[in-house]
Amino acid sequence: MTGRTKRNRAGWLFVLPSLTGVMVFYLIPFVDVCRRSFLQAVGGGFAGFGNYYQVLTNKAFRLAAGNTLRFVLICLPLLLGMSLGIALLLQGQKKYREIFKSAYLAPLAIPAASVVLLWQVLFDNQGLLNGLMHFFHKTGRDWMNEGTAFGVLVFSYIWKNLGYDVVLWLSGLLGIQESIYEAAKVDGAGAVKTFFYITLPNIRPVAFTIVILSFLNSFKVFREAYLVAGNYPQESIYLLQHVFNNWFSELSMDKMAAGSVLLCSVVAAFVLLLQRSWDRGDEDCND
Amino acid sequence: MKKIVRGFFLPAFALFAVSPVIFLLAGTFMGNQEIIECISPVFMDGGGYAGWRLVPQYPTLGNVVELLLDSPEFFKMFWNSAKITVFILAGQLIFGMPAAWGMARYDFRGKKMIYTFYIVMMMMPFQVTMLSEYLVLDRLHLMDTSAAVILPGIFSTFSVFIMYRFFRGIPESIMDAARIDGAGELQIFVAVGIPLGSSGIISALVLSFLECYSMIEQPMTFLKTKSLWPLSLFLPEVSSSNAGFSMCASFAALLPAVFVFLIGQDYLEQGIAASGIK
Repeated sequence: MTGRTKRNRAGWLFVLPSLTGVMVFYLIPFVDVCRRSFLQAVGGGFAGFGNYYQVLTNKAFRLAAGNTLRFVLICLPLLLGMSLGIALLLQGQKKYREIFKSAYLAPLAIPAASVVLLWQVLFDNQGLLNGLMHFFHKTGRDWMNEGTAFGVLVFSYIWKNLGYDVVLWLSGLLGIQESIYEAAKVDGAGAVKTFFYITLPNIRPVAFTIVILSFLNSFKVFREAYLVAGNYPQESIYLLQHVFNNWFSELSMDKMAAGSVLLCSVVAAFVLLLQRSWDRGDEDCND
Repeated sequence: MKKIVRGFFLPAFALFAVSPVIFLLAGTFMGNQEIIECISPVFMDGGGYAGWRLVPQYPTLGNVVELLLDSPEFFKMFWNSAKITVFILAGQLIFGMPAAWGMARYDFRGKKMIYTFYIVMMMMPFQVTMLSEYLVLDRLHLMDTSAAVILPGIFSTFSVFIMYRFFRGIPESIMDAARIDGAGELQIFVAVGIPLGSSGIISALVLSFLECYSMIEQPMTFLKTKSLWPLSLFLPEVSSSNAGFSMCASFAALLPAVFVFLIGQDYLEQGIAASGIK
């Protein structure tokens, strides 16, 4: 028994250096942020939920939160549907699967820095896209300075994340045993039936994970927005990170603190949901 | 029917994904004159519309070579990027790898809680941690130094999570065999864990590399001095005066990432798949 205890102490020692760093750089200051979220910006008196009220009624915050929500509601179904479709097509395609996978993953490797100029060349008022439209005798538009900026953002997000989701779906699909499909075929099940009765139930655990991972990744879409429009974007792609950047340069620590805590709670809630699905997946494996 | 669908959609989407890459690579081989000719309507108020050529008219590597050898500005930022990336990756190996091993292979009190905490941390967008990081960096007088970007990056829990997944897969019997042979826990980690988990370690490194190399939010918030900026932050600040230069720079910036992608692609895939299924 003592051998085991000693061994587990070794486990602690392995984790300790990293844990210390995470505590120093993230956890301890976050506790301080929580404390600050209840304090007044000037004087530091107790403010109750005043800061939270201020954030939730803040125009910029509402605009950004609304945009983020709209973005998620449009992008998630689109991205998940497209990537699942591609993964299903790749499932039966052994010969060229690897090549296609590489192609879909390639955008992940392209640094934001390199894409930014290309996007400008594409979507500028005098850019390639408008040139093309001019060629077909249509009037172009200034894509990044109108409501269409939102569309460009959706495009960028899907372009960047498609491969990631395809690989995730495929890892679920390829886990389904071939013999089940063969049995279904012998019983005379068609493609549609096979999909609804075999494929779908089998990838449900993975599906849940992918939905949540993609949802959480959509908070990180600021990078794309910045890449599309820089620091001062069109209103339709004004995102939470833009708000936080503004508060940061104004040094409104009170608002930032309350905003961080709010956002943190939302994300944490979803992560715990994700964990529950993983745990359930574990039980399924043990059965 | 299915064949037609497959034959059409798979290549179509592949083209959609790859075409910007092809565009950028084509630009790498263009001469300065040709680039300016193509993009002058966008950046220099020339008339008409921008154009592009998939095959450069006068292919040359002159631009890239010139950029690498003769432009101190680019060089500086490139090295800033390299420095940030290398230090973060090294730090993740030193701190993150043992942590992943400890959580994957040992049972100790509080382990489950720590693991959950790491996952929650991994998912947090920068907006949540921004103020916390600032408070610490300010207290430590690290604001506006490279360390302000590097240190928090080292303790990003994402790479720990990926390595954890792979370390879990090593059979316990191998560890027991090593113990019977009298190996200590540290020895087991070095001689069994690292070699057998190497594909997970590389996966984590590849994913981290791609993440660090195009980091934007962190340097934007914590670095005020422009000479400390990485490429990823500098390039979007293009103005008409340096469009040609920036264009070349963004091609050159692409190369290391593409290189890592081509070499580490299998690992990248494994790493992504590992984040989906337990």
